Amino acid sequence: MKTLAELQAMRDDMKSQVGVRRDSDYRMRIVVGMATCGIAAGARPVLAACTEEVAKRNLHDVIVSQTGCIGICQFEPVVEIFDADGKKTTYVHVTPEKIPKIIAQHVVNGSPVVEYTIGANAE
Amino acid sequence: MVRSHVLVCGGTGCHSSKSDEVFNHFEEELKNTGLADEVKVIQTGCFGLCALGPVVVVYPEGAFYSKVTPDDVKEIVQEHLLKGRLVTRLLYTETVKEDTITSLDDTDFYRKQKRVALRNCGVIDPENIKEYIAYDGYMALAKCLTEMTPEEVIKAVTDSGLRGRGGGGFPTGRKWGFAAAQPAGDKYVCCNADEGDPGAFMDRSVLEGDPHSVLEAMAIAGYAIGANRGYIYVRAEYPIAVKRLRIAIAQSRELGLLGKDILGSGFDFDVEIRLGAGAFVCGEETALLNSIEGGRGDPRPRPPFPAVKGLYGKPSIINNVESLANIPQIILNGADWFSSMGTEKSKGTKVFALGGKIKHTGLVEVPMGTTLREIIEEIGGGIPNGKKFKAVQTGGPSGGCIPAEHLDVPVDYDNLTAIGSIMGSGGMIVMDEDNCMVDIAKFFLEFTVDESCGKCTPCRIGIRRMLELLEKITSGQAELEDIDKLENLCYFIKENALCGLGQTAPNPVLSTLRYFRDEYEAHVVEKRCPAGVCKKLITYHIDPDKCKGCTLCARNCPVSAISGEPKKLHVIDTSKCIKCGVCYDSCRFKAIEKK
Repeated sequence: MKTLAELQAMRDDMKSQVGVRRDSDYRMRIVVGMATCGIAAGARPVLAACTEEVAKRNLHDVIVSQTGCIGICQFEPVVEIFDADGKKTTYVHVTPEKIPKIIAQHVVNGSPVVEYTIGANAE
Repeated sequence: MVRSHVLVCGGTGCHSSKSDEVFNHFEEELKNTGLADEVKVIQTGCFGLCALGPVVVVYPEGAFYSKVTPDDVKEIVQEHLLKGRLVTRLLYTETVKEDTITSLDDTDFYRKQKRVALRNCGVIDPENIKEYIAYDGYMALAKCLTEMTPEEVIKAVTDSGLRGRGGGGFPTGRKWGFAAAQPAGDKYVCCNADEGDPGAFMDRSVLEGDPHSVLEAMAIAGYAIGANRGYIYVRAEYPIAVKRLRIAIAQSRELGLLGKDILGSGFDFDVEIRLGAGAFVCGEETALLNSIEGGRGDPRPRPPFPAVKGLYGKPSIINNVESLANIPQIILNGADWFSSMGTEKSKGTKVFALGGKIKHTGLVEVPMGTTLREIIEEIGGGIPNGKKFKAVQTGGPSGGCIPAEHLDVPVDYDNLTAIGSIMGSGGMIVMDEDNCMVDIAKFFLEFTVDESCGKCTPCRIGIRRMLELLEKITSGQAELEDIDKLENLCYFIKENALCGLGQTAPNPVLSTLRYFRDEYEAHVVEKRCPAGVCKKLITYHIDPDKCKGCTLCARNCPVSAISGEPKKLHVIDTSKCIKCGVCYDSCRFKAIEKK
């Protein structure tokens, strides 16, 4: 390394990798239901798709985590998205294929993908 | 892609309670559950809460697990990392609130802390230079080399008000200025990592948790004074610190952040490690220089000061680890930021190692001016087992004992000196009513007698005579005039010893004489140890009303000094008793009395 620019580039690159080690200053939180019901319905690839998509888009202020059984096992895999104010949107029957759209439309642009939410699927 | 980080404390404290096994179990268990690609395990430096070790923190949730054993790892992986359910039984109780966890920063232990020197400890992987860089590592060095002149660097350090954290409290910027003013030629930057005070582990934790901050600061110091070579003098008793330093130096050289022509600036700087064999006197700067040169660790008379004639007779600066760890932050955030913290004459923050009779044994960093009460009662959690606070010892063998009446004194260099102790390197040993102050003074004096290098008479012979007087007092053979003799000797040695070791060795005696003279007098006049510590002055008896004749004490007594039939009163034969206290500890009915 011979220049300041190289050092800065390395710092910026590394920053995204340690970004997860922060206390609570995130913009949005994506939570995947990972209880037995969720895993059986295919939550593992959904969780992987979430982390991948968030990383691909360099969304440093978004964290991905899991939770236990939400109580609506027939709708698993379930993904909940919390914004900074704690407002929750619940997506049901999520597949890895639906994730890019949810992240692009909801997490990045702020408008929930209504047709995937529990409201649209509850009848 | 990684979605979660598991931080396992790899400091010496947690290491000694098997944190390395915990780390290995995590790696293995994650591999077994197929999570190895999603979850990263990192070994960090000290989190500070050593009493709760081994410590494991899981992000992004920020879950703080305490006292984690290797057997707990499977549960954390299965429940938390796979299914997202917190393992509540292992969470630090203060962070659990109903169903959610609160931030660690909101706990009593961390709330009042301000981490500057320790900023990366417990945050980064100290064996990975890239993690240091992610937190602006080496940016301060880059700033110095590309934007600042050496004079500007020295000015920034001077303006910040940083004073030496090793104990002396000399302004760091001025020290650098003296060395910079010497004619150009060979100059040296030395890092004093010979932390020898009993109960102090601040420097060790910085080296273990954030070694690059010290290397970066040494390079900055080199640039400022015109030196191209640095030495870190570290005790061989700190194997983890030495190992991480070696890794850090190698990684730094590989990236070209140490070595020739750093960042294309034309400035060369490299660092070497020198291992100390653990002599306390080698923490004294001139003795340290002798030891680096390969000579005996004897102090040299000053002047000439090291800034003029130091290592190999060349201008040198010697800075303590913690002082250096502050430097990159001062350069990056500015002198004003640093001097906005602290008191009028002591700026910034100070790291303290809390030990002794305190609930949260560990490492804390607080702004200067925080009171002893805040540190001990709020951050430290107070005295365990409902005992009463008696005194806090600061500054190790060179410091003194501070009684309860001074607990509200804001901690800084000058205040502590005014009440008869010193800041020292930052060890704080808390004592409760069960500690005998004469015994404490004797303990520290035994240490300094052992560690005296023998070069000057006041120290070699004087403190030995002091120790003999203390032994006389604790064995009940002293007379009142011995206390006066002891005090006179203290002042004589303070004035006449050659180096800091001897000059400060009487401090523990002087401060206990000042605040606890009644305890000395009780030993001498009443032949009694009020705290029940000094063995020659106590006897054990069995209270006939409380003894149930359970035989437990008799069975445990190592010298068979207790006799008695089952269900009948037992009696201690005081001529056989060795006063080990086993009976006292083992009696379930509190029938054994110590007088």
